[in-house]
Amino acid sequence: MFVAWRDLRFAKGRFALMGTVVVLMTLLVGLLSGLTAGLAAQSTSAITGLKADHLVFAEPGNGSLSFGQSTVTREQADQYARVPGVTSAEPIAISTASAAVGERTATLAAFGVRNSSPGTAVLSTGAADALKAHEGDQLTLQGHKVTVAAINGDASYSHLPVVWTHFAGPNATVLAVTTDKSADLAAADARLGTRTVTKDDALSAIGSYSAENGSLQLMRGFLFVIAALVIGAFFTVWTIQRSRDIAVLKALGATTKYLLRDALGQAVVLLIGGTALGTGLAAALGAVASGTVPFVLSAGTLLGPAAVLVVLGVLGAALAVRRITSVDPLTALTSGAH
Amino acid sequence: MSLNLSGITLTYPDGDSRLTALDQVDLHVPAGSVAAVVGPSGSGKSSLLAVAATLIRPDRGRVVVGGVDTTELDRAALAELRRTKIGIVFQQPNLLASLTAVEQLEVMAHLSGTPRSEATKRAKELLDAVGLADRATHRPGRLSGGQQQRVNIARALMNEPAVLLVDEPTSALDQDRGAAVVDLLTTITHRQATATVLVTHDRSHLEGVDSVHEVVDGRIHQPARAGAEENR
Repeated sequence: MFVAWRDLRFAKGRFALMGTVVVLMTLLVGLLSGLTAGLAAQSTSAITGLKADHLVFAEPGNGSLSFGQSTVTREQADQYARVPGVTSAEPIAISTASAAVGERTATLAAFGVRNSSPGTAVLSTGAADALKAHEGDQLTLQGHKVTVAAINGDASYSHLPVVWTHFAGPNATVLAVTTDKSADLAAADARLGTRTVTKDDALSAIGSYSAENGSLQLMRGFLFVIAALVIGAFFTVWTIQRSRDIAVLKALGATTKYLLRDALGQAVVLLIGGTALGTGLAAALGAVASGTVPFVLSAGTLLGPAAVLVVLGVLGAALAVRRITSVDPLTALTSGAH
Repeated sequence: MSLNLSGITLTYPDGDSRLTALDQVDLHVPAGSVAAVVGPSGSGKSSLLAVAATLIRPDRGRVVVGGVDTTELDRAALAELRRTKIGIVFQQPNLLASLTAVEQLEVMAHLSGTPRSEATKRAKELLDAVGLADRATHRPGRLSGGQQQRVNIARALMNEPAVLLVDEPTSALDQDRGAAVVDLLTTITHRQATATVLVTHDRSHLEGVDSVHEVVDGRIHQPARAGAEENR
């Protein structure tokens, strides 16, 4: 990278401009990734936190699963629990509920489970914060008075904080089941009129999550593509501007491999420097923002997108610097660079 | 180590036919001598230099550089030959804008894998030899045309080439500076025993060269004058 380092120093303005673009792209992708993960957690953390490996829905009439449309009967629940290989099958009734503690009110996602004490509720920290509730407080949930037995976890469902309550009714929304490898779930579904999916697949049955996450992931995907195109365009122009220098170096005996390594090394330095700075800024801004907006600050939301940006940027640059192979060293003899 | 071109024919596509740039050209330049190749524009001088520099493969004929027959060499081998045995002094200095004078020379050593400390030492010696020791850290933008041309010459000598190919070195210089450059080239040639080809259309600085070859319509005429020998 003898020439590449010196070009970086010499053409400071151009590389600083491109570096700034990389920093801003990384910052944008990092913030969007953190926000996407934060919003996803607000929609799904109650489901992903369930101690189960599969969820069982009632077979939907229109073919697509939905928590809102699913009703699993007591009979289905009882029979499912007896399927060989199913070690537990817990009915869960999910609904939206109005809650109040004193004068404060909030809308919560109520998760009704059978193995809890009647007359009590467990609030997620989000629900407790919304209601300013403490352990032992009286909570009015859909007109019924219950006691706050505990405040535990940070579960949310469809952007609502969760309250765990006792459920004694005949029909549940889904079954949270734990299975071993011997369980024939397809046969159980066919016999009982249910549909069993993994916990991860069940997330698409949360209507708001699918639409929201799909849109954000699409934006993120476009950002990755735009970043690769912008970096490719920059290095295309840069390589064209350097054509004379490349011809001179080839005439002096530089191999195409040497020149490609030099140019790609330059792109990697620019990309790693830009993404490192952009990731640092995204982490700092994310840390500040996480107090007010749903934002997940983790290696997955920051380092993953940064690595993808570097890889796509290098691909864009590689396509651009390919032109080096077609530069004819003879042009060095025909006219001068200066 | 000499330069030998024998039976070189080079043609370029010209519509449906081909234009003959070089026609059965022979040129032998022994080590330690300067052969001037003169002729009007379009006579084939630059084509001859390009063939000698292994930048164009001729249609027919053999190019032997420092004892290496280039006929069967592939691109990578030709690039290595240019790095190790050929020094090219371009018509325009063709210096890289981002490199200082000393780095213009060091890059040649970097291409050959020479250790940095050794390269820097030799580069400084060469800059000193061309009178630019005090301009070592200057980029091309801060060097005059004559200084750039001297860096161009020093760069060509960096890897101790067997063959030095010089393309119109005086075209951008005034009379005095042009004469000084040709003097420098002949001195270096004799001192380092390179086989030097000096392509020029300017016949005013040829007193010190060893032979003069005139190219007309792609053919080399017999040496028009063996300058050094005649003068002795």
